[in-house]
Amino acid sequence: MTRRYSNSFLSILVIILGFLAVYLISGVRPDIILKSIVISAFGSVYGLSETLTKSIPLVLCGLGLSLSFKASIWNIGAEGQLLMGAVGATWVVLYLMPNAPRLILILAMFLMGAILGGIWALITAILKVKFNLNEIIVSLMMNYIAIEFVNYLVYGPWKSPYEWGFPYSTKFPLSAQLSRISDTRIHYPTLILAIILAISLYIVLNKTKLGYEIRVIGDNIEAARYAGLDIPKIVLVVLLLSGGLAGLAGVGEVAGIHHRLRVASGISPGYGYTAVIVAWLGRLNPLLIILVSFLFGGLLVGGDAIQVSLGLPGATINFVNGLILIFVLVQSVSKARISYVRKRKK
Amino acid sequence: MEKILQMKGITKRFGNIVANDKIDFELNRGEIHGLLGENGAGKTTLMNILYGLYLPDEGEIYINGTKVDIKSPHDAIEFGISMVHQNFKLIQSHTVVENVALGLRDTRFFYPTRLIEKKIKNFSQKYNFKIDPNTPVWQLSAGEKQRVEIIKAFCRDAKIFILDEPTTMLTPNETRELFRLLRLLKEEGISIILITHKLDEVIEVCDRVTVLRGGKKVDTVEIGKVDKEELTRMMFGQDIVLKGRDRYMGNFGEDLALEVKDLTVLNDKGLVAVKGVSFDIHRGEILGIAGVSGNGQKELIEAITGLRKAIKGSIKILGEDVTNMGVKEILNRRVAHIPEERVRMGIVPSMSLEENAILKSYDKSPFSNGLMLDHGIISGYAKELISKYGISALDEKVPAGTLSGGNIQKLILARELSVSPILIIASHPTQGLDVRSTRQIHELLLRKKEEGCAILLVSEDLQELINLSDRIAVMFNGSIKGIMDIDRVNIEEIGALMVGV
Repeated sequence: MTRRYSNSFLSILVIILGFLAVYLISGVRPDIILKSIVISAFGSVYGLSETLTKSIPLVLCGLGLSLSFKASIWNIGAEGQLLMGAVGATWVVLYLMPNAPRLILILAMFLMGAILGGIWALITAILKVKFNLNEIIVSLMMNYIAIEFVNYLVYGPWKSPYEWGFPYSTKFPLSAQLSRISDTRIHYPTLILAIILAISLYIVLNKTKLGYEIRVIGDNIEAARYAGLDIPKIVLVVLLLSGGLAGLAGVGEVAGIHHRLRVASGISPGYGYTAVIVAWLGRLNPLLIILVSFLFGGLLVGGDAIQVSLGLPGATINFVNGLILIFVLVQSVSKARISYVRKRKK
Repeated sequence: MEKILQMKGITKRFGNIVANDKIDFELNRGEIHGLLGENGAGKTTLMNILYGLYLPDEGEIYINGTKVDIKSPHDAIEFGISMVHQNFKLIQSHTVVENVALGLRDTRFFYPTRLIEKKIKNFSQKYNFKIDPNTPVWQLSAGEKQRVEIIKAFCRDAKIFILDEPTTMLTPNETRELFRLLRLLKEEGISIILITHKLDEVIEVCDRVTVLRGGKKVDTVEIGKVDKEELTRMMFGQDIVLKGRDRYMGNFGEDLALEVKDLTVLNDKGLVAVKGVSFDIHRGEILGIAGVSGNGQKELIEAITGLRKAIKGSIKILGEDVTNMGVKEILNRRVAHIPEERVRMGIVPSMSLEENAILKSYDKSPFSNGLMLDHGIISGYAKELISKYGISALDEKVPAGTLSGGNIQKLILARELSVSPILIIASHPTQGLDVRSTRQIHELLLRKKEEGCAILLVSEDLQELINLSDRIAVMFNGSIKGIMDIDRVNIEEIGALMVGV
């Protein structure tokens, strides 16, 4: 018990030291930074709408990751899976069926986004199952491939002739642009989809055969083997679904916000990585993940705001995010250690 | 004789299990002292106390007549005690000399290995064995790795060497080499404690032997003054009651539930662990497999239950060839498996009791319709099992990991036996359980036998085997030695077979 407390204490100390470092470098007091983040993210209708907008991809990626993590598969590749989803949507709109009616076009975009995101994760799954490669490293590396692939497309074959040389694809036709709530950027079809999927995922995990298998594998792979579960198949299915969910987030970003494919860093400021924190802080519970996504959406909005209002570098918020991730990981690792030691003692 | 080490009245408890009960142990300078006993007799606990891995609850340790406190392996090394573990603790990618240098005190900052390299060369010349100090450890055989461990101890100027089951991984030639080396070290005045359960080795190489049984010291004797039979008796005790004999019926007819023929299985390291084993079990019969763990029992069971591939031979269940089928295909043929490590393998600790109750049947009707699980039916089923098998739990929703060992085992039995099995594979079903749970589990197994189940019972507990089995086989070194009908069982003979005499 003392160990656990000392870990929490250590994490809080790290965060305080982090803010202190920001203070020493920038001269801006931590309380002013925090106040500025909170007010800009949650203090106005505009702030709230931006927060909600940014929480949409976090919910979808967080759901995908939580599914993997629940099975003890450490998929860190949501960023790449999101980007491949964006590629899938763009492909459908600009090349596969540009003249399809609106409803069909939108459904096809989401479907193709999920498929490409899913396949991207499936590559990791196959390498893990067939060659016993470490999925953390593979999925992380797959992110870089996806980032460079998107950049290649917008600088190369998919670069629009109508954008004065900017690395943009051609703009999506109106029929492919998702509806928004009045003059905000909240593309509500994706939001509704995310909420429906969160509830579905909750049901899948707790009420279905597949969810049962995922939980058995995640908690005790020896027992899964003993009970004759088809572990490779389940790993493939989990990563396919996990990547598919992140792929949907990518569709939402290009069809709801940007209305075109652009460089990777323009589509996602690291939603896939932030979602790792979201999934853990949400304790892998789909419904909690919605709430945590909203808070982290706020953090991203606040991060943009303190660049403008306080003149802090954009990396400040990444820095804070990183500290929170350390905090969460130290907590979960120490918990895992404690239960491992307890098991051993038995 | 000069006493280099005395341990007096050592007691160590884990929870309410007494692993060492007031044990006295003495070691002379320049002797090889065997520490003999079954698994669980308390040998390793006693030596872990000497090496500072555990602190004793009671008792005192004297080295060269001075009372010492050994609080960590670091202290033990300071006092000249060194341990050669059963699983070598070497860094695979480093060379021999680097491994020896690791943990030495007076290594220099620059070129730390030069001096040690010289030491190793001297050592190997003096004792006449070959080892290249610059070979990476992963290239060495088990025997060579062990030598590295011994050299490590030697370079630390240890006066007391503890060797934990040193011959388990060795070939006969390597074993002979090891014993030659131990005798040479003894001449130098080094004292050696040899933890083992192999009688032949004790008789071959030891001067004296201390026998432990059930956490207590039986006696310390000089090797010249005892024979194997006496040592066997000391190890296994004479208090085993042959009550199974009265129950024995002998004739089971032609109905074979399990036939194993010439089965050969490899272990995780790729070595042959089961060597062409053959046996069969009739319906309504319990075949007990006696033997010290690590003699191939685990691999045998894993092959029968589909967890491990056989490289040769066949397994038939009710006449059907099931060799190398998957786990699910075998359990669908109504084979129940009560695993050896019940928490590690038998349950999913964070999931509820009711979800654990359906671990083997979650995908079958009425629990699942192929997509959804029916939690109403699952709850009802779990409640039924709780009352039928007397599992004490708050309710069916508690995480299975919070149950006591006995209740976890009852939960596993409830789950496994409720599929009306034809064959039950039970591995150490009562290990570590209290008397009451043990009795309940024995009654359950006997009831299943009467209902016509064939049972393969693997256990280290001879009394349990004798109480339950109709026939007993002994597994040693991957082979099955002598299958005896229970009415003709002779404890001394089983004991002797178990230790490979």
